[in-house]
Amino acid sequence: MDKKIVQPISRPVQGACGVTGTWRSQRPILDTSLCNGCLICWLYCPEAAISREDRDIDFTYCKGCGICAVECGKKAIRMVKEEIK
Amino acid sequence: MKIKDLSTLEYITPGTGACAGCPSTIGLRIIGKALGENAIGFLTPSCAVASMGLTPQTCYTFPALNICFASAGASAGGAAMALDALYRKGKLQGEKPVVFNWVGDGGTYDIGFQGLSGSAERNDDYIHFCYNNEAYSNTGNQRSGATPQFALTTTSPTGKEIGQKNMPLLMLEHRPPYVATASLAYPMDLYRKVEKAKNITGFRYIEIHMPCCTSWRFPAADTIKMSKLAVRTGAWLLWEGEYGKLTLNGVTASLAEGRRKPAPLENYLKPQGRFSTMFKSPDKDKHLAFIEYNIHRELEFMAGRAKLLK
Ligand SMILES: Cc1ncc(C[n+]2csc(CCOP(=O)(O)OP(=O)(O)O)c2C)c(N)n1
Ligand SMILES: [Mg+2]
Repeated sequence: MDKKIVQPISRPVQGACGVTGTWRSQRPILDTSLCNGCLICWLYCPEAAISREDRDIDFTYCKGCGICAVECGKKAIRMVKEEIK
Repeated sequence: MKIKDLSTLEYITPGTGACAGCPSTIGLRIIGKALGENAIGFLTPSCAVASMGLTPQTCYTFPALNICFASAGASAGGAAMALDALYRKGKLQGEKPVVFNWVGDGGTYDIGFQGLSGSAERNDDYIHFCYNNEAYSNTGNQRSGATPQFALTTTSPTGKEIGQKNMPLLMLEHRPPYVATASLAYPMDLYRKVEKAKNITGFRYIEIHMPCCTSWRFPAADTIKMSKLAVRTGAWLLWEGEYGKLTLNGVTASLAEGRRKPAPLENYLKPQGRFSTMFKSPDKDKHLAFIEYNIHRELEFMAGRAKLLK
């Protein structure tokens, strides 16, 4: 057992598949005045990119799928076209 | 239990390789909150593996082992037995980790079926999750035993000839301690079922319906909307069972008892590009009526099955 066996072990990191925010063609915009904090957007984000505390969206990784905008019962999230300034 | 009470534990980190709107990562997040930190996962080749990242990086925070396609039953069963042996010999202390599989419909309905059946019969101690996106999505959408009739895939280019098999019922008929179906549209029902399964010893099977925007060809934003429509039309049934006893849950129970009318089927099928050929066909109405008939038949069949054993 003294020989070291090299094993293909991976460790969890953010962005394991890159900066996935660059995939986005639409950007979710949250209107905090409409948000009632129900957390449905947090629960349904496939990227875990929405903060549970303040629903802040992590645009480094958000792919812009738009599930949050469709599922928000208060219509507090709308999707806008992603544009390069 | 409310969404606000769910654990902050995440089974994924942002920056996964999954498509925008992927239901599998949503599912993993929800089950993770129920299973907790003390769990070991096994994954067969699937989107869930392809999207985890390249060695030495992964987007999964739970201990995950990638295994070969047919071996979900043997691998998880073997791991659970190995853990038992280590506890018996005193080499491990504390609470035994929950062993679970996260396997697609291809790895469950087709390629992994015999291994899973044997494992259920042995009553191996783990939870098998089938995340059912009704196709071999990772390899570009080939038909599986879970693909519905008339759906287009690359291996059913004119629409699939036959409907899906009732895999969860087949598992229930092995009479293991727990079998359940769930939907992302009813996350707290899913959470409850996972938590319940977690506290049972022996073979447990939970199948989660996973509308896949890429294979089914609908807008990514509508993943949960499609999940909900599947349940409300009766195309996907919610139930759970212990040792062969079966109970219909939630919307499915209301549909079976006639307390609720099924949602119009076209609302569910029309937005899915995989049914485009069927909707353009001169036999469209005949086909739709046939799907409706089969949905009704399945609901009646499962309601009847629920009444058989009390
Ligand atoms: C024995 C074997 N046959 C075929 C493949 C190729 N393959 C990799 S993933 C995959 C599709 C898996 O489908 P499913 O289990 O439904 O998961 P999904 O991709 O839909 O998430 C296939 C066919 C393989 N890896 N091993
Ligand atoms: Mg699949």
